[in-house]
Parts: sequence; structure tokens; C-alpha cells
Amino acid sequence: MSNLMFRTCPETGLKVHGPAEALIKANAVVAVVFLLIGGLFGLLVALTRWQAIHLLPADLFYLALTAHGADVLVFWIIFFEVALLYFASAILLNCRLATPRIAWAAFFLMLAGAVMANVAVLQGESSVMFTSYVPMKAAPHFYLGLILFAVGTLVAVAVFFGTLVIAKQEKTYSGSVPLVTFGAVTAAIIAVYTIASGAIILIPTFLWSVGLVGEIDTLTYRIVWWGFGHSSQQINVAAQVACWYAVAALTVGAKPISEKVSRFAFLLYICFLLLASAHHLLVDPGISSEWKVFNTSYALFLAVLGSMIHGMSVPGAIEVAQRKNGFAHGVFTWLRKAPWGNPAFAGMFLSVILFGFLGGITGVIMGTEQLNIIIHNTLYVPGHFHGTVVAGTTLAFMSITYLVVPLIFRRELIFKRLAQLQPYLFGLGAMGISVFMMAAGTLGVSRRHWDMAFSDAPFSFDYPPAAFMMMGLNGMSAIVASLGGVAFIVVIVGSILFGKKRDDAFAKENPVIFQGSGATVAHHGDAGSLKIPGTTILVAVFFLSFVLYYFVNWKYLSEVWPLS
Amino acid sequence: MALTPPDDRLWWKQPLHGIELSWITISFLWGLLMFGMMVYWHLTGDQNLSNEAYRINPDVYAEKVEAAAEEYMVREDENSGMPVVHPPPGSDVYMLARLWEWWPILELEEGKEYRLHLSSLDWMHGFSLQPANINLQIHPNYEMVLTVTPDKAGEYGVVCNEYCGIGHHQMLGKLIVVK
Ligand code: HEM
Ligand SMILES: [Cu+2]
Ligand SMILES: [Cu+2]
Repeated sequence: MSNLMFRTCPETGLKVHGPAEALIKANAVVAVVFLLIGGLFGLLVALTRWQAIHLLPADLFYLALTAHGADVLVFWIIFFEVALLYFASAILLNCRLATPRIAWAAFFLMLAGAVMANVAVLQGESSVMFTSYVPMKAAPHFYLGLILFAVGTLVAVAVFFGTLVIAKQEKTYSGSVPLVTFGAVTAAIIAVYTIASGAIILIPTFLWSVGLVGEIDTLTYRIVWWGFGHSSQQINVAAQVACWYAVAALTVGAKPISEKVSRFAFLLYICFLLLASAHHLLVDPGISSEWKVFNTSYALFLAVLGSMIHGMSVPGAIEVAQRKNGFAHGVFTWLRKAPWGNPAFAGMFLSVILFGFLGGITGVIMGTEQLNIIIHNTLYVPGHFHGTVVAGTTLAFMSITYLVVPLIFRRELIFKRLAQLQPYLFGLGAMGISVFMMAAGTLGVSRRHWDMAFSDAPFSFDYPPAAFMMMGLNGMSAIVASLGGVAFIVVIVGSILFGKKRDDAFAKENPVIFQGSGATVAHHGDAGSLKIPGTTILVAVFFLSFVLYYFVNWKYLSEVWPLS
Repeated sequence: MALTPPDDRLWWKQPLHGIELSWITISFLWGLLMFGMMVYWHLTGDQNLSNEAYRINPDVYAEKVEAAAEEYMVREDENSGMPVVHPPPGSDVYMLARLWEWWPILELEEGKEYRLHLSSLDWMHGFSLQPANINLQIHPNYEMVLTVTPDKAGEYGVVCNEYCGIGHHQMLGKLIVVK
């Protein structure tokens, strides 16, 4: 390989492969564009569900909701993840990216698929939601778009694995791969499993939509579809946790407290993924309770165990690093004196907290067989996943983007004040949409529903007034989140286009990454000396909230009509 | 650092920190407890779903629902004209979902047990009984049967909470519980 294709990063000393860098940029930019489009649809949806505004007519509402789900959950997240995979392989391992040409082919395939699916949705004949449950039928090119996108993703994942092999062969690193790369490997392995499930269900559905296949069983569809739909969330978690570790390392010099524990936690994600679709089927007919209880228990609780471990390791690593950085005083000085004005750090830390408290706890509760009866398909469900995938994953991806722009795009951030404010705005908004949708869901309000007042229905039924208030608050939070989203896009796109170029000399003088020595724990034999009292308190508060809220939900359930 | 290979090549031999081990243990035990809670509720709790379900042809199901409605109809709903069906306590009661209605209106007695049958004639629908807040996924070709004991008199809405096309939000049914 010609050395001309590499540059040396003035800040990290990493050898950066030019073609890899270009692919990272392309995938990240397209991701952000889909975030913009999808976020806009999200705002329209939220303003429609705010009953006092009720913005869109019914058909456009369902169209917008389908577009929102596909653009943000699928296209934004996965394009960004492909960028992360290339970063975690080629860049972190000092290696060239395997077959950049094929990686570009993957990129254009994904782009073509995403555009095709969007066109299908905007044409109006495919308002089937991103789950596209049969026998509701979308236009064939809706499914085809998703299939092309999935194939492109699979190719990109193959390029990632190819790069790992090259790095190993060419010995571009020594010892084991870095933890962040390990997290990316986790995400990639899960992606293969996920895309396989997606293909198994989407290809027959496509053939059915063009009339080549007869009826598809609805229960089979749901079981296989969620093998894809749920596992892909596990990709997001793995990728997001990898971002947490990366951002913590780059902003405060954090080192994993224990490589062993963190890697073990990633492994749990892979091992206990199988049949994790079970918790989407808890109130479906024709599936036994034994199957539901068994398959949700190992799959859910052991994967959750992985996240609970990261939930201590990430703040723990930050605490250790901050104490070494000179904030050893007291219990929480390390946290108070953290770089809260650095949007990368602030976004990452908010993502950790919001993901745990909002997304994590509620996910486990919904995944409990009997508790699902009072939650299934209510707004509690989107409330939960705006805690995971918006306040958690999206915020984590935003936070690492604040480092990607100076390090990979080599541009200074513009509008620094706005950038500093952005994670708080978006975090607050995301927290609001999560909490208020869950509150409305607890009051029984249906998800994916245009009219909670039932004005066109043959009968009348009134949800409690509090539910309407929650949807109003949800709409206001959506505005805040959207402002945060727009701020993100303005800062990032603006910086890429107009930011001051960071040439090597400038970068050396104005480093963006943490310059201290960083903490060095995890030396053999220092098991007794780990001091993380602040993290211990945080984790204890988390655990108590979890236990309390878990039993509150059992209490709610116990007030429901007896069923057997 | 998390971005570089571990300093210690033999990272897997490093001992665990006590605090990490405690947290892993607590989390694991909590998982076991949550597993146990589901089993415990099956044994002692009052709210469990039955495992009873049958494969059924939608036309056959429609006939069953219509037959039951004919037999136990007590009146017609004033506004909608939909039959109000009042089956004897303890019996099998039937409701169907189709684009875009829940049919018929059921009238049940408070504190009595019923075997409630639910299925769809076309697409998937969501049975969301409000404000009781019981939510079930209703499939075509599958007949779900569960025993319910309405414990509070009143008028309940049956909201469809599985998106089923453009009429989804009009799909509101009614279930009445009388003393
Ligand atoms: C400005 C930010 C956002 C706002 C205001 C917003 C708001 C909403 C609202 C109100 C719903 C509809 C709930 C319903 O009626 O069922 C929804 C659904 C959804 N949102 Fe968002 N959201 C935002 C960002 C995101 C992001 C970043 C993601 C993913 C990464 C996401 C993923 C989803 C998904 C998957 C659905 C479900 C669609 C469906 O039911 O088919 N949202 N969102
Ligand atoms: Cu319906
Ligand atoms: Cu519906």
C-alpha cells in the first residue's frame, strides 16, 4: 500500500487511511441528512398528536409516522453505524480499509435503497409503518428499497470484517483490538444476524407484494420481523456503548476500569440475543407462557446485565480519570468539574444517564410477560424507545460527531456557544418526549393513532384529561428536541463547510482531545485500590429506582381485571 | 485507553475489582428475581394471559360470533345500531375485529367470569380495553380465548391500538359492564 494514502493524525498519532476517511465522511453526512428529514417528520407527528394543534390530516399523519420511523431508526442510525465501523477498524487499527471500492458500492446501494423507500412512502401508497405488518401491503419498491439498503449494509459489514483481517495480517496493531473496536465487532456480528432475519422476512414479503407468494402468516411475520427489529436495537446499544468509551477516552482520558469486564459485557449482547424478539410477542395468541417467560428471561435479563455492567464501567472510568486529573476531592467533585462545556462530553454523559434511567428500566418492565398487558402498543412503547434510541443512541452519536468534525473532517467547530448548548437542548427535549409519551401510555393512550379524541368513531370514549395534557407536553418537548436537532445540524454542517481548516500545525496548538496523562488503572494487582464512591452512589440510585419502579408497575397490574 | 489495544496484553488475567464483582452479582441476582417474579405471578397473581388459542378460518370465526350475537342480543345501540349482546355469566363470549370496527357490543355482568374469544377477520388489530388498560394483539386466523372477570361496572372503550390503515383511529368498540 502506498504511503501516500495515509496521513498521520497530529493529535493521536494514528495513521489515517485517506479512502477510509472519505467513506467515513460520506456515510456520516448522509446519516445526518436522514436525521434532519426524519426529525422533521417526528416534529410533524408530535404536533399532530398534540390534540390542541392536531396539525396533519390522518393520511399524512400515518405517512409522516412511517417516514419518521424509517428515516431515523433505520437510515440515520445505520449510516452512522457504518461510519463508526470504518472508524473503529481502519482508523483505530492504523490500517487501510479493505476494498474501498466495494465500500463505495455498499454506500451507493444503501443510499439507493433509502431513497427508494422514502419515495415509496412519500408517494402515499406505503403508509404501513416501518414494521410493515402483513397483510397490510406497501408498494413493492418500499420493500425493495429496504432490501437494497440491507444488502448494502451487509456489504459494508463485510468490508469491516475484511479490514480486521488485513490489520491482523499486516500487524498494524499489537495485542488485542482496542475496546471500542471490540464493541464495533459486537455490533457487526449482531448486524449479520439481524440482516439475515430481515432478509428472511422482507424478501418473501416483497415477493408477496408483487403477487409471487401467497398469504404470509401474521404470527410468523411478527416473530421473524422482530428477530430483525429487536436485534438491530442491540446493534445500536453496542455501537452507542462503544461511543461512550471512545468519547470518555478522548475528552477526559478515561480508561476502562477493567478490559475484561467491559468485553465480557459486550459478549453478553451477542450471546443473549437469540429470540430476543420474544418480548415483542408477549400478548400474542398461540405462544405459550413458558416460551415467553423462558425466552424473555435469558435473552432480556442477560443482555440487560451487559448494559448494567457498562452502566457502572463508563462512569466509573470517567471518575477514575477525573480523580487522576486532579479532582480527587470529595465524592462528586470529579463530576462537577467535568468538561460540561465540551459538547462531546456533555452529550455522552447525558446519553449514559438518560439511556439508563429512561430507556433501560422501562424496557425491562415492558419485557415482563404480565406487565406487557398494561403497556403493549400504548404510547409507553415509543416513550421507552425515545429513551433508548433518541436520548441514548442518537445523543451518543451526536456527541462523538463533535470529535469527528475536528479529527476526521479537520475543521474547527463554528458557533461554539450553540454547540455547547446543543446536547442540553436535545437531551432535555428527548427526555420530555420519552417521559410524556410514557405517561400518556400509562393512561392507556394508543400509539400510532391519529385521533385520541375519537371524533369520527361510532361511539365516544374519553381518555383522562391528564392524557391530553401529557400529549401537549410531549409536543412542547418535541419542539425543544427539534431545536436541539436543528442546532446540531447547523453546527455540524456549517463546520464541515465553513469551519476553519485544522492543518497539522493548528491542530497541534489547539488540540481537541484530552492532553493529560490520563488515568492508569487496571494494573495487575490493584484490585483493592479502585475508588469510585461517586459512581457507586449513582449506580445505587439507579438500582433503587429500577426496583421501585418495577414493583410500582406490578401494583398497577394488580388493579386490572382478573384475567386467566 | 479504550481506543488503543489494552496496555496489559494479558488483560483477561487481571483480577476483578471487588466493586465490579458486587455489581455484576447484584445485577445477575436481580435478573433471577425478575424471572422468578413472572413465575410467581403465574402461580399466585390474578392477571395472567391464558395459553388458549386456536387456528381458525376467519369466515368460520365470523359465523360463530354472529351466531352468539343472534342468540343473546338484547337491544340495538341507539346511535350506531350495533347489536348489544348480553351472554349468560360463565359462558363463552365473542368479539371480532375487522376494518374498522369491533363487533358486537358486549354487555357483561360485574364480578362474573367469562371466556372471551377474540380474533380478526382481516388484518392485525390491537384490543385495547380502556380505561381497564388491557392490551392484546389480535391476529387473523388465530382465535384467542381468555377468562376475564370484569370487576367494575361502567362503559368501556375498545380502542384499536395496532395500526390498521387509514380508518385505524375510527375503530372504537364498546363493552358495557353492568351490576
Ligand atoms: C425531534 C426529535 C423527535 C421527535 C419530536 C419524535 C417524536 C415522535 C413521536 C411523537 C412519535 C409517534 C408516536 C406514535 O404516535 O406512535 C414517534 C415515533 C417514533 N420515533 Fe420519534 N421522535 C424524534 C426523534 C426520533 C429519533 C432520533 C428516532 C430514532 C433514532 C426516533 C424513532 C422513532 C420510531 C422508531 C417511532 C415509531 C414509529 C412507528 O410507530 O412506526 N424518533 N417519534
Ligand atoms: Cu384495527
Ligand atoms: Cu387499528
